[in-house]
Formats: sequence, structure tokens, C-alpha cells
Amino acid sequence: MTPVEIPVEKWSGAVREVTLGSSYGGGTRGSTVSVGGETALPFLGFEGAMPHRPAIAVEVQDMHPADWSAELQAAWGDAMDDAATWAQKAVEAGADLIALKLRSCHPDQGDGSCEDAVRTVERVLAAVPVPLIVYGPGSADKDNEVLVAVAEKTKGEQLALGLCEDKNYRTIVAAALGNGHAVIAQTPIDVNLAKQLNILISDMGLPLERVLMDPNTGALGYGLEYTYSVMERLRLAALMGDSMTQQPMICTAGEEAWRQKEGRAEGDVPEAWGALAERGVAWEISTATTLLESGADILVLRHPASVSAMRDALDDLTKGA
Amino acid sequence: MALSGLQIYKLLPQTNCKECGFPTCLAFAMKLAQKGTELDKCPYVSDDARTALDAASAPPIKLATIGAGDRAFGVGNETVMYRHEKTFVHQPGLVVRVKSDAADLADVAARVAGYSVERVGMTLTLDGLAVEDAGGRAAAYAAAVAAARAAAPGLPLVLMSADAAAIDAALAGGAAAEKPLIHAATAANWQAMAEVAKKHACPLVIKVADGDLDGLLELSGQVRGAGVEDLVLDPGATTLAGELAAATQLRRLALKKGARELGYPLVAVAAAPTWQAELVRATQAVGKYAGVIILDHFEPAMLYSLLTLRQNIYTDPQKPIQMEPKLYEIGSPTADSPVLITTNFSLTYFSVAGEVEGAGIPTWLLVADSDGQSVLTGWAAGKFDAEKIAKTVKGSGIENMVGHKKLVIPGHVAGLSGEVEEELPEWKIMVGPRDAVDIPNYIKNVWGA
Repeated sequence: MTPVEIPVEKWSGAVREVTLGSSYGGGTRGSTVSVGGETALPFLGFEGAMPHRPAIAVEVQDMHPADWSAELQAAWGDAMDDAATWAQKAVEAGADLIALKLRSCHPDQGDGSCEDAVRTVERVLAAVPVPLIVYGPGSADKDNEVLVAVAEKTKGEQLALGLCEDKNYRTIVAAALGNGHAVIAQTPIDVNLAKQLNILISDMGLPLERVLMDPNTGALGYGLEYTYSVMERLRLAALMGDSMTQQPMICTAGEEAWRQKEGRAEGDVPEAWGALAERGVAWEISTATTLLESGADILVLRHPASVSAMRDALDDLTKGA
Repeated sequence: MALSGLQIYKLLPQTNCKECGFPTCLAFAMKLAQKGTELDKCPYVSDDARTALDAASAPPIKLATIGAGDRAFGVGNETVMYRHEKTFVHQPGLVVRVKSDAADLADVAARVAGYSVERVGMTLTLDGLAVEDAGGRAAAYAAAVAAARAAAPGLPLVLMSADAAAIDAALAGGAAAEKPLIHAATAANWQAMAEVAKKHACPLVIKVADGDLDGLLELSGQVRGAGVEDLVLDPGATTLAGELAAATQLRRLALKKGARELGYPLVAVAAAPTWQAELVRATQAVGKYAGVIILDHFEPAMLYSLLTLRQNIYTDPQKPIQMEPKLYEIGSPTADSPVLITTNFSLTYFSVAGEVEGAGIPTWLLVADSDGQSVLTGWAAGKFDAEKIAKTVKGSGIENMVGHKKLVIPGHVAGLSGEVEEELPEWKIMVGPRDAVDIPNYIKNVWGA
């Protein structure tokens, strides 16, 4: 019997490598995280390389997020009262990176000052050796103020700063450019919009080796299939050599999954949904796995049990690669 | 492999008789290649040509039907690697496995048969029960299968045993009429298994270890040679990476290389020691090409996740799910709750509903019929204009539900507010945010202010 001839796709392009964290030139990180570099579709070791295994970031906020699911409150407990403590717990739980959200700077959440934000970032940097993603509070003007202050005071740490959107990217990109940081470019579930924002950012002179793209995650049951297909198309385009789609992708699987009713509702839901203790984690795991399979290079997660499950999954997915 | 128009033309009489309704044989051939007409329209086609065309038009991944009656399900017939190319058509069957000597076998069977959950207006259910031979005598296995059938009448079954005599006994005991899937013929037992599958006319899994596709090809030839045509493949990989590689390779071989010997649906045994690990494996299997997924945990949270994922992945990407246009109650809205209007594109609806629900704001959500388009595309296409908004408000009865007359329209159609005010003079039209994520803040800080 003649052996089966395994069909292998020949790709001409590759995903760019992006490295977060630095231990020199102002950087103080004990470890760095590189992502990207793929020359084939995710985890197809028979076809090409995935030089860096996708990384897991854990989301930490600079104020106790009282609106988070009870399940998450229970998992992190008092650590949620202090970003540095929370970050340490997250690293113990298996985080490769910390995704710190400076929520308390939001005008509706206390309107914290830039000085406070910088102090929080510095405390987290001191508490953990891993690289940091720093998200502004999610209000355009305040994002700009806060992220510029943080970027300047952490020069050389090679943070990832987010979010850059089509209407609000210049200030953040400039701050990253001048201080050795990377940025996260977020666009709403669309291949062309993602390309366009990468072009705009690149036109400002920021090397594409410092740009992650966030195709805007939809949770399981809440648009996941749109994200899935847009990510597959972006990754296929990248492998076919379309330069402006070749950025590693970051997906906020945790935030999206835990925002939904399935991640929050206790009681008063059909029995077939299962208990919240299992359901929230299930929602996060399934969302995260689907995104990994379609090309996520960094997963931002919320629950320690999901972190553990996704670490095991990545061990198994990268076996023999 | 599908033939091109020219390849089909060479098989036709080439007389241009026009009796098929096309001006030339070539025009007919071109239409055939696009699957726009039927070969039977040609009265003069030769038997040889018919055989060649039939073979070429057979689906690259053969359909397998598992079970009989209302709950039977088909898997296979897939035509693409990625769902953005064309819809994935036959969603994978989710099957829960139970050991034949399990004390709670009947209980599990009944729970699997009875499990259902509502989502986007659809009822989602599990597809089958796998009864795994715990070893021992064939009669004991047959009795277990009979007990499962009694506990879950009509639920499709997967019979799992390496012992052809056990499978034969179960099928002869009455299960054969329900056309269960037999798992599995291997290099060690394929003659006996093929004989049983043929005798009872049931679909048969052929199984190898560690993604050994050469072995699978050989086994496929042997089993088909023994007269069994309805096959399902189990590549037997043990890691996620191995499963993904085997599933991808088999799909490509069938679709791109026309490998008929391997053009069958796949079964993924996703079972793992913990439900979390099992969920990861099954999640991969839903997206990456499984036709049947076998699970060991009856964990509702996991099952609900997988049913939702399957619905997501198998949705037609060209034809988004639409919501029924009507008034939706999010939470338990009262006469003082805000009234929002949006379009009936399901993702738009779920974005808005998810935000207000997540923020715990009881809301009246009016959904206008925009033919399933989002706010911006619906507005651009004239499917979501002032008239449509007014019509939706008037037809909903909302004015009797609330004590106020404040209507929030999406920020993306801020320009419509004047026109809407003219159409609905008694309402105060408020312009909400562009993005759903900003709605909770808007309601807290602007709407109530």
C-alpha cells in the first residue's frame, strides 16, 4: 500500500514577532514574552513553525471590580483590593503576563490622577517579574493622559499599551514610540479595518514589531463566530504575505466571557445551564480555545481555573511541535 | 473531485441538439459544472458518461446517518476548510459515553435524551449515547444496550466494543433497527466487524492509533472490500496537536486531493479525566472537523457551552441569524425603565441586550426589522430609517408599558433624531452611544439625568 501523501500548504508569509518586557535599557523584567513568528496555521506543526507558544495574560484591575462575577470575586478574594497583590497571585496561577487595567482613572470610576496610575504601574512592576500590558480606563481623553504618563515613567519596560482605536491612536502610538513600548490596535471584527489601523500606526513610524492587534473578541454565544472567522481570514492573509495583517493577535476572552449572563447569573436560569461555578469557567475556556485555534497569540483571561486549563491545553497543542 | 465544464463537455454527445434547453452542449456542460442543472436533461447521455459524472459529483466527504427516526442525524458532506468560504453543513453529533456495567446507565441514558437548552429561539439537544463495552460476555453487553434503549427510546446510539460478537449480540437484540454507529473496526478485528456492520446495515467506524493515516487508508480499503460503504474515521490521536493535525489532513485529503478512500466524516473521542480538559478537546473538535464527538462527562455547563459553540460555528456566515422584530424585555422592566431601539441583526441585538443585562439594567428593547442588518448597514440600506423606527414604536404597544416617553436611538443614527421626532411627536428622542459597551454608562449618567 502506498503511504498517504500528507497535503501541506506552502505559505509565503509569516506573522511578525513581538516581544514584550525587557531587562535592559530601563527594563526591569525578569522574563520577557515573545509571540508571533508563525509560518503556518495555528498548531499545525507538520506544516510550519510556531516558534513561540501563545501566551496567557491575566487581567488585573487597579480597583476592586465590584461588578465582576461573584465567581471571580471568590476566586481572587482579597487580592483584588490591591493590584500588586492581585498580580502576584495571577503569576502564581500561571500568568505569563499581567494585563493591568487602570480603571480607577475613568471619570465615572473616581477619575484617578495620572500620578496614581503611574504609582500603580510601578508597584505592579515591582511586585512581579513578568511583562505588563497596560490598558487605559477606556475613556478616550483619559486614556491618552494616563497612558502617556505611564509610558514616560516606564521607559524601556517594553509594555503593551492599549487600546489604540481608529479615532484615538496618535497620542498613544507617539508615547509608545518615544519610550520603547508596544501598542494594542483594536478594530471592530473586520479584516480591512484591522489592516487600515495597522497602516495608520505604521505610518507614524512605530515599527510593526511593536504592534499587537485585537480583532475585538465576541464571547461564546455572543458573536464568537464572527471573531473566529475574521481571525482565520486575517491569519490566512498573513500567511499569504499580506504585510498589514501579519501582527500577532491578542484576545480578551476572559472579559467577554465573564461579562455575559452565563458568567454571572446564579439561580433563576435553566437547570440545563449548570451551576455558575462551572458555567463561567466553561464559557471562558471554550471561548479561549476557539480563539486559540483561529490564531490568538495572547489570551487575556480572568479566572485562575481557566488559566490552568488553557496552560494544559497549550502543553498539549504544542506537543511534538 | 468536481469536473470542470470542459471535462464534462468531453463526456457529452456534442451534437448541440438543444433538447436539454441549452443552445449548445458546451453551455449545458458549463451549467452542469456550476450545479445549475441536472444531467437527466440530456436524453442522449451514455451510461459511461453518467457513471463518470456521478462519481465526480459524489460529495467528497460521504454522508453517514446515525440512528433512525426523528432523532437520527447525518454527518459529513462538508465542502470547505473554513466557515467563511461556505457554511459548515452538518453539525457534529454530541454523544455522551457510558460504560456497559455502570450502575447508573439507564439514568445517564435518560438524562442525555432529556437534556435540552434554549438559545436564540432554538432548542438545542444532545444527539446520542455511546455504550462502551466494559468487557465480559457478549450477552451482558447486549443487555446493557437493551437497557439503554429502554431508558432512552429513539436516542441514536454508538456501540463501542472491540468484540464483534458483543456488537452482533446487541444489534441482534433489536438495536439494529435503530442503525447505531459501530465503534470500531481495527486492524485486529476488521473482518468480523465488517461482517457485523454489513449484516445489520449499520455505519462503521474504522479506527487506528496515533493519527496513523496510512493504517487508516489500508483499513478503509479492507472494510470497503468487504462490502461496508458507510464509514466514519477515528484517527485515534491522543494529543490536541495530534487530533488537529489528523483532522486537518483528512479534511484536506478529501476536499483537495479527492481521496475517496478517506472521504468520510470523523469521530473525535474527546473524553478526558476532567470536564475542563474534555471541553477543550471537544471545542477543538467542533471547529476542526469532527462529525461525532464523544464525551464522558454529563456536566451541564460543559454541554451548554458546546451546544452554543456548535450553533455559533455552524451558522451560515453569509446569512446572519436574525432576531424576531418585537419588543424584548431585558430583566424585568417597569414603567420607569429605559426604552432602547436597535436592529434585528442577532449580533447587534445580543451586544445591546448583553450590555444592559450585564449591567443589571432592566430595559425595554425594541428590535426593528432591518432584514438582519446592523445599525449602520441597515441605515445605509434604508432598512433602519425614521419611518421604520416610528413604525416599530407604534406597533409595539410600548407607550402603554412605560410612564415616560423617552426613546433612545443608536448613536450611529444620531442624524435621524429630527426625523424621528417628526414621526413620533409625543416622544422625546434621545441619542444613545455608538457602541453597545457604553450603554450602561449612558443610562446611568445621561438617560436618568
